[in-house]
Amino acid sequence: MMTEVTPHAHKQPLLEVKRLSVDYVDPSQPPAQALRDLTFTLHRGEALGVVGESGCGKSTLMLALMRLLPAAGRIVGGSVRLDDIELLALSEREMAALRWKRLAMIFQGAMNALNPVRTVGDQIAEAIRLHEDASDARALDRRVGELLDLVGIAASRRNQYPFQYSGGMRQRAMIAMALACSPDIVIADEPTTALDVMIQAQILQLLADLRRQLNLSILLVTHDLGIVAELCDRVLVMYGGALAEYAGVDAIYNAPAHPYTQELLKAFPDPTRPLQRLASIPGSPPRLNDLPPGCRFAPRCPQVFDRCHLTPPRVYAITSDHLASCFLVETQQTRGARHE
Amino acid sequence: MNEPLLRVRGLRKLFPVGRRALGRAPDQFVHAVDDVGLDLAAGEALALVGESGCGKSTLALTLLGLETATAGSIHFEGNDLAAAPASVWKAARRHIQMIFQDPYESLNPLMTVGEIVAEPLHVHKLAPNAAERRRRSVAALEDAGLKPAEHFLARFPHELSGGQRQRVAIAAALVLEPRLLVADEPVSMLDVSIRAEILNLLADLKMRRSIAVLFITHDLGTVSAVADRIAVMYLGRIVEMGTVQEVMTAPRHPYTQALLSVVPAPNPRLRRQHIILQGETPDPVKLPTGCRFHPRCPVAVERCRTIDPPLQTIGGTQAAACIRLDEA
Repeated sequence: MMTEVTPHAHKQPLLEVKRLSVDYVDPSQPPAQALRDLTFTLHRGEALGVVGESGCGKSTLMLALMRLLPAAGRIVGGSVRLDDIELLALSEREMAALRWKRLAMIFQGAMNALNPVRTVGDQIAEAIRLHEDASDARALDRRVGELLDLVGIAASRRNQYPFQYSGGMRQRAMIAMALACSPDIVIADEPTTALDVMIQAQILQLLADLRRQLNLSILLVTHDLGIVAELCDRVLVMYGGALAEYAGVDAIYNAPAHPYTQELLKAFPDPTRPLQRLASIPGSPPRLNDLPPGCRFAPRCPQVFDRCHLTPPRVYAITSDHLASCFLVETQQTRGARHE
Repeated sequence: MNEPLLRVRGLRKLFPVGRRALGRAPDQFVHAVDDVGLDLAAGEALALVGESGCGKSTLALTLLGLETATAGSIHFEGNDLAAAPASVWKAARRHIQMIFQDPYESLNPLMTVGEIVAEPLHVHKLAPNAAERRRRSVAALEDAGLKPAEHFLARFPHELSGGQRQRVAIAAALVLEPRLLVADEPVSMLDVSIRAEILNLLADLKMRRSIAVLFITHDLGTVSAVADRIAVMYLGRIVEMGTVQEVMTAPRHPYTQALLSVVPAPNPRLRRQHIILQGETPDPVKLPTGCRFHPRCPVAVERCRTIDPPLQTIGGTQAAACIRLDEA
């Protein structure tokens, strides 16, 4: 079996998420369990891909990490540590001081996230002003120019409005805003979804360059397995609000252990094998306020057996660095042990 | 050879821009579609691939008669539609149906699924009574994979998932039993797992019902699940055309090569050298001289500034518009 050891496996992670659980409450029905017992780490300079279908909890995860959940969202358990700070224990004021300075976010749909009636440079300056001492106007101006330069926009275009920017440039401007306070971690939510493939390639290249240049940690949230394979070191596959599989990028794509990961990969077109028919995953993700009693993927799983419908599987370790929440892993391990 | 279902020749669509003085013809144009020719046979799917602004959607709208062609011919089942009056168009449009990109926007939220699917029958006065309309709607919904159809008829779009909505849109197109289906980015708004279902559905309709499909997309990755042939568009022109096998495994035009190189492969072991074109497609009003791709082309030479290369056959069914083809 392939064993992977990440170079920083023994160092303390920058971000450590343990058994994080989030509910959405609705007085008229049982709470939706949007996130259950999610555990993962993010090291300095690491790019982690969070993958799953709509409704798998990936957006809830991002918002919970930023502590920006909507009013109905409740963190009902777990811990989120950034270095030695427990983010879930901070007051809103303490969290506000940390947000954007240590932990920033690039939102989906760049074209809609900028204010249409203010110049791009002005909006980047505001992002700095809100969090840092910006009494020196000249220094502030210099910083805006540097940020634009960092993301590949000519500093001379700072006085233009969003409508004068193309979609790709607006996404670059959003990245500049996220970087305004030099964060350690950038959470990117589907950063290229609305963009053409060529512009997508430019943005992915930019993120890869920034990561290297600034030693940024990136949490890339997407349903696109292609861009995760391009950019990430490790991958967290989520299903129905919980961890399905968590491993190094090579193991996820070449030795996936969870049937959901296997099915997702079969459904994704491979441009190097153009004439292959795509597999689809019949059915739809579970309703989060009406989860099945056993494994959340059981109703759609092609390898399902009786036990899967009865109790939810715990997270099993295939190697120290490859986790999957599936009874098949346990079955294989006991069978392997018997052969020894 | 038989006349293809659709034969397009020398198709142009120019949009005038700028200030127009009274009685004076405009002198500047957006060259949205500029001398495009293509054939599409029954039961065949052609993918039209290119970046935003390359003219692929304008081409589709022109084929549907929603934009009037500036020049050229559109022969559909032998009739030239480009020059035809509205009455001929209406009859033809029954056989040319379109599926749009966003199933969250393209369905009327106040209509039930049954009403949405039956509406085209009203428009074309095809079903004399309610029983017949219901029968046809049910058949179309089941063909689009919504089974049992009775379960969906009374529901509203907001009760359906994205994939189900796109199936409703497909059913509303199928209810007229079209011969040509124009699908403009039909899966770009959908999740990966649902994407495969819709692509496979289009492939099945093509095969089982001999419907011709014009599949418009910017993503070369999704093309091969549906299409038999690919046409790559750049700034209003087709720059390369061929079978999926030819274009995907041996692209010849530098633009196609670049487009293909940036499609992310779903495996880190297949990470490839990307040919990332800088900037974006140029202004379609002030077209570059010579080859319109030369300002972004990684292999352009001096001659490319002056020679506007025609689409020339390379071998097999593959053709490309580049003066450096012989050198490779």
